[in-house]
Amino acid sequence: MMDNGILRVVARFIIPYILLVGLYVQFHGEYMPGGGFQAGIVFAAGWILFVLIYGLDRGLEVIPLEVMYRLCAGGALLYAFTGLVGVLLGGKYLEFAPFFESRHAAHQTGIIIVEFGVGLTVATVAMLLFTLFTRRRAEWDEALEQNEDTET
Amino acid sequence: MIENLIDVALLVFLVILAITIVRIRDLFAAGMMFAIYSLLSSALFAVLDAGDVALTEAAVGAGISTLLVLACLALVRRYEHPTGGHNLIALIVVLITGALLVYATLDLPEFGAADNPAQVHVGPFYIENTYPDMGIPNMVAAVLASYRSIDTMGEVFVVFAAALAVYALLSVRPHKNMPGVRRRPVKRLKSPRQAEADPPVAGKEQAP
Repeated sequence: MMDNGILRVVARFIIPYILLVGLYVQFHGEYMPGGGFQAGIVFAAGWILFVLIYGLDRGLEVIPLEVMYRLCAGGALLYAFTGLVGVLLGGKYLEFAPFFESRHAAHQTGIIIVEFGVGLTVATVAMLLFTLFTRRRAEWDEALEQNEDTET
Repeated sequence: MIENLIDVALLVFLVILAITIVRIRDLFAAGMMFAIYSLLSSALFAVLDAGDVALTEAAVGAGISTLLVLACLALVRRYEHPTGGHNLIALIVVLITGALLVYATLDLPEFGAADNPAQVHVGPFYIENTYPDMGIPNMVAAVLASYRSIDTMGEVFVVFAAALAVYALLSVRPHKNMPGVRRRPVKRLKSPRQAEADPPVAGKEQAP
């Protein structure tokens, strides 16, 4: 869809705002509806719009597959290890209270870190699923072409 | 009064959409209908003041699910295989289940009543303790990330497991000797109507 001027201009205008809304929903989730799950999806949607307009290859230059694999595991692990920090500081697993002296600050820090892990995993998993599904078609056609080449 | 009217309108739309999705054979259109269905459910949640659920439904249900369905449709046929006749047993089962569910709603407590289980069980604890404990106004975020943190961790790993499953299925590059590659798996299908309208190539059989 590279050649469609209207789509390209509108997308270029709107993609930064989608990403910004994603970040806002992520880091403002304690004060309004939102949180990691929704933010991750919104952020991934911005990237997917970029892919739809500029093509998958350009999209993978922005976030390579390798990075996606690492981040989608990394988000989940960030969540799990944040829980362990609570244990090391003398609390229970996933208890945030021992992080700081102030009860509020401790809980808020814990929630923000944990939600960031959720957002990271959800965003990269959504991107990964989309990449794997869209790439499949091209791979399949390529294999078919090779097959036809050998037959003729 | 006006809220009831909005509820009824949204629910009527949902029923119409559900019937349309069942009847439709074009899977692309069905995917779009599902997106509208999610958007209307999201509006319904918003009317109920469930902001977090409405946001999730709009982002996940209407947004990313539709995208993934469309991405899948690039790999499979666009039109559902037509099945002839009606399945009478299925209709009877569905009617009985539906009647039982409607009957069960008679036992539900009145909508919004103060002595509902939702209002007297753990709800008051969270309402009273969230702000003193955490200092954040969004109780849903507090319950998800702190009070019920291990549940949420499970959900994150479920999402991760979904990615692993799709990766396991789709990451192997198809090569020319794989069994399925022999024949072209997906024809660019016409709709059944178009296929009927195009006459089969008549000249070939009659040619000498």
